[in-house]
Amino acid sequence: MRRAVLQALLSHWRRHKLQGLSLFLGLAIATALWSGVQAINAQARASYDDAARVLGQNRLERLVPPPDAVISEQTYVVLRRGGWRVSPVLSGMWQGDVRVLGIDPSTLPMGSAPAQIGQGLPIQDFITPPGLGYAAPETIALLKDTPGLPPLTPVPDLAPGLVMVDIGIAQGLLGREGQISYLLVDPVQPLVQAPLGDLAPDLTRQAPDAGNDLARLTDSFHLNLTAFGFLSFAVGLFIVHGAIGLAFEQRRPLFRTLRALGVPLRDLITMLLAEIVLLTLVAAGAGMVLGYLIAAWLLPDVAATLSGLYGAAVSGELALRPQWWGAGFAMAFAGVALASGQSLWRLARLPVLAPAQPRAWLRASVRSLRWQGLVAILLALAGIGLAWRAEGLIAGFAMLAALLLAAALLLPVLLAALLALAERLGDRAMLRWFWADTRQQLPGLSLALMALLLALAANVGVTTMVSSFRQTFTGWLDQRLASELYVTAADEAQGAALRDWLAPRADAVLPIWDVTAQAAGRPVAVYGVADHATYRDHWPLLDATSDVWDRLAMGDALLVNEQLARRAGLSVGDPLSVAGLPAPLTIAGVYSDYGNPLGQVIVSVDTLVTHFPDVPKLRHGIRIAPDRADDLRRAMQDELGLSPDQITDQAAIKAFSLGVFEQTFAVTGALGVLTLGVAGFAILTAQLTLAAMRLPQLAPVWGVGVTRRHLAGLELLRAVLLTALTMIFALPVGLLLAWVLLKIVNVAAFGWELPMGLFPRDWLLLGGIALLAGGAAAAWPAWRLARLQPARLLGVFAHER
Amino acid sequence: MSVRGILILLLTLWPAWGHTQGFAGLGTGQEGFALPVEGTALQFPEDHGAHPAFRIEWWYLTANLTDASGRDLGVQWTLFRSAIAPETRPGWQDPQLWLAHAAVTTPDTHHVAERMGRGGVGQAGVRAAPFAAWIDDWEMRGAPGQGLQDLTLKATGEDFAYALRLKADAPLVLQGRDGYSQKSPEGQASYYYSQPHYTVTGTLTLPDGDVTVTGTAWLDREWSSQPLSADQAGWDWISLHLDDGAKLMGFQLRDTGGGAYTSGTWIGADGTVAPFGDGALRMTPLDRAQVAGRDMPVGWRVELPERDLDLTLRAVNENAWMDTLFPYWEGPVRIGGSHSGRGYLEMTGYE
Repeated sequence: MRRAVLQALLSHWRRHKLQGLSLFLGLAIATALWSGVQAINAQARASYDDAARVLGQNRLERLVPPPDAVISEQTYVVLRRGGWRVSPVLSGMWQGDVRVLGIDPSTLPMGSAPAQIGQGLPIQDFITPPGLGYAAPETIALLKDTPGLPPLTPVPDLAPGLVMVDIGIAQGLLGREGQISYLLVDPVQPLVQAPLGDLAPDLTRQAPDAGNDLARLTDSFHLNLTAFGFLSFAVGLFIVHGAIGLAFEQRRPLFRTLRALGVPLRDLITMLLAEIVLLTLVAAGAGMVLGYLIAAWLLPDVAATLSGLYGAAVSGELALRPQWWGAGFAMAFAGVALASGQSLWRLARLPVLAPAQPRAWLRASVRSLRWQGLVAILLALAGIGLAWRAEGLIAGFAMLAALLLAAALLLPVLLAALLALAERLGDRAMLRWFWADTRQQLPGLSLALMALLLALAANVGVTTMVSSFRQTFTGWLDQRLASELYVTAADEAQGAALRDWLAPRADAVLPIWDVTAQAAGRPVAVYGVADHATYRDHWPLLDATSDVWDRLAMGDALLVNEQLARRAGLSVGDPLSVAGLPAPLTIAGVYSDYGNPLGQVIVSVDTLVTHFPDVPKLRHGIRIAPDRADDLRRAMQDELGLSPDQITDQAAIKAFSLGVFEQTFAVTGALGVLTLGVAGFAILTAQLTLAAMRLPQLAPVWGVGVTRRHLAGLELLRAVLLTALTMIFALPVGLLLAWVLLKIVNVAAFGWELPMGLFPRDWLLLGGIALLAGGAAAAWPAWRLARLQPARLLGVFAHER
Repeated sequence: MSVRGILILLLTLWPAWGHTQGFAGLGTGQEGFALPVEGTALQFPEDHGAHPAFRIEWWYLTANLTDASGRDLGVQWTLFRSAIAPETRPGWQDPQLWLAHAAVTTPDTHHVAERMGRGGVGQAGVRAAPFAAWIDDWEMRGAPGQGLQDLTLKATGEDFAYALRLKADAPLVLQGRDGYSQKSPEGQASYYYSQPHYTVTGTLTLPDGDVTVTGTAWLDREWSSQPLSADQAGWDWISLHLDDGAKLMGFQLRDTGGGAYTSGTWIGADGTVAPFGDGALRMTPLDRAQVAGRDMPVGWRVELPERDLDLTLRAVNENAWMDTLFPYWEGPVRIGGSHSGRGYLEMTGYE
């Protein structure tokens, strides 16, 4: 009996293959985009955690030397002999891109290195040259056949790009004999020990990084991805909701017949539930596989972005985590429950002998539209409230979600009002029928249109943000990279020789020297700048006193970057103490500093050299007439013996910076296109399913003499018209989205604000694509209508319905 | 006391990583390491220092102390050297590795600390004259020109510290044949001498405050390159200060078959030294207790018929468990039976 019932229920899908396919695809795509994004995020976070866990960075105190200094082995021994259980670490870059971490296994605090290290290997191999290195398997794959490194052993938990060796081996590799970068402080210290200040007065005790810095810095990036993933999921759910609702509506006669034959309601619902669970399992499973593929495809871009923007090393290899599978299926089931709950609820309350007549699907009453409008307004109010009160990333995204949902819910209400108005204004019968018929179809199409709205708005918002960012960024690069050539000396002697040599040959030599210091309770880079027109004319100041450059040159003022100003609540006129400078200086200006997550301070170069005499004097900008730049570069190589990679020209730096930038938003762009694709598919399925049910409405119009071709043309026109209206509505929503992203989310995440630009050409392009998508989605049903057998139209009059 | 060599060989199972399995051991070969040669006269003060050509070496001190209220207390201070190559090199490449254990035992508590370090950078090492053996802030330091006769000793742990002054008025005791101590019929041997005659004064710092103490102490110096047999399951070792002035060092090596090899040295009250061979000493467990999840014999009957000795040893604190990288039992004992006195007991290999 049950089997027969199940067969009867499932036979529906055999007869409506397309509907089944749309349900399957909708759910699969929704799950895929969501889980793909989650997989990327999880991979990135795991990489950050590995980086943070390295040597207990997240839980162990450290003793650190003054900025730009190192700890001598002598100091280490003095501390040990004074009773301090500390362990030496030497960290440095080997050949530019391998981070070598030297440790001492005999004093390393318990559990601060991955467990696999030291397993089953003789200690002498580790400490005796050439030593032994530990690295993540993919790092080893990258470093294979690199001469100079010790033999490497794989340890999966190590951060990418990191090689862990004995400290003695590290000193040799890095050419830093006798040097220690910092000391790890064992959590277990003896009862009696000499005061730290007596043993090593230069060292500072640094608390463990409470939060994961990388995780915090990259929060906004991952939230962006998550938001996109969620948006795609929501768009996919619109499809699922549509397909499931339709399947229930179409099977109402079947339900009635089964119930009349004596199938208990409970059994019927159980079997429908089983059907849904089965469908979800299959579709979500396929979606998870697809999501994995999407993630694997996007991950290299994401990894490149994160490393370019934040210097965060993210493993390019995707690991499959059980939580990820669990969360993906849970999300799919939650989504399906949401999408099918209403239909099941209605079925449960369906009287046995209810009329089997399928109403035009989901015909929305005026009342339900009113409700929808009310909810939309409440959501919009909530969003505005959040904008008013809330700060931070989560609030920013919550506000975005509220506004987007409000806009989506409002769409059918607005469209209905517009169509009603048009209907009243029309005077020809055919025109009035067109408007009335469009309005009548609106409920069936509204879900797909809402999905389209979300996708379009997201695209408008993101392209506006990216383009605004790009415009500002390139303008800023032009200002910031004013020097024609940038040259880095290999050592101080070469630096001095370089300055002497350049003095008569270049228009100006601008030092780019910096030290790390503390200001406003956080580490900042302190730069010294020369008093030169380059800065006066070009430096991108957001806010400044009128005499900013004079005061800076006199040495009684400083500049701070926007990040520092926002995070420390500083503005022009405030005093700021920088550790190492004798007295607080007044902030004379705030400058924009895109792409840099850290605080920065600018003082005059004299101030810097006076108070930080050890500042490395290696990097310089060279002003010279652009047509003489190439000659100068060659002369520097020939006469001073500089290697080509010590000299960079402006164009190369700009190209690199823009490359990093493009990389950052490549992922966002790809997700935007995918979302739009899903929305287009939603329109197609909605049109296809509506087409089958619209015969009773079309037949009388055909009956009074309107040709099938004409009717099909009207169908196409309607789809394009609705798409256009949706696009028009999506535009302000998208701009609002961009505004929130730029003014709230960006400030919270990066600490800088961006001026918002308007890019009508992008909108036109997007509108064109949307119309094309809407038209293409309607083309097939319209084509089918044009070729419809007249007998089927006639049949409408013969049937009871 | 070369049984402790087993412990030191395990040293190269490198620790610090948070579990007992670290870098694997050295294996059993002794390629390139020096071997003890019978008839070599020990040279002082040079031989107080380290012998990097030998694989293993230790400076091992135990003290039986009492405070003003007569409470029995024990102190242990041990520095082990383990070489992964028979040489020294400057800096981090030095193949000389160091491990140290310190403990304070009271009737109710047992405090343990452990340190590790590398030789070449100065964190740990031993200097022959004026004598100094150190790792971190733990230190055994001799007064200039006094050899090992006048020492200061200190160590700290998470919950204890001590600073002691040790003075000996009797000469060093050369174990075995003039310091050449044979360990098995197959000929395994070590260089071995002791200073069992210290009187001690000093201060223990315990969680509830400082305690002034006095007592006796025993220092063992031994170095070798040879491991013991593979079929030995563990050992029980004693160093006893009898109230009549005599001293006894003895041990039994328990083999996996249930038998035991015993040996030791009798030091008379007049300072005469008389080593004895296998079978002379009999050690029988009396009381057992659960210690760190193991069934340990914390009371012993010790018989040495040739000296009319029939002693009962009872632990001052049954829980004198050294919860170190390679755990073992080491603590002070009270002596009853035919003689009275105090001493130290070490037991390994009880699972």
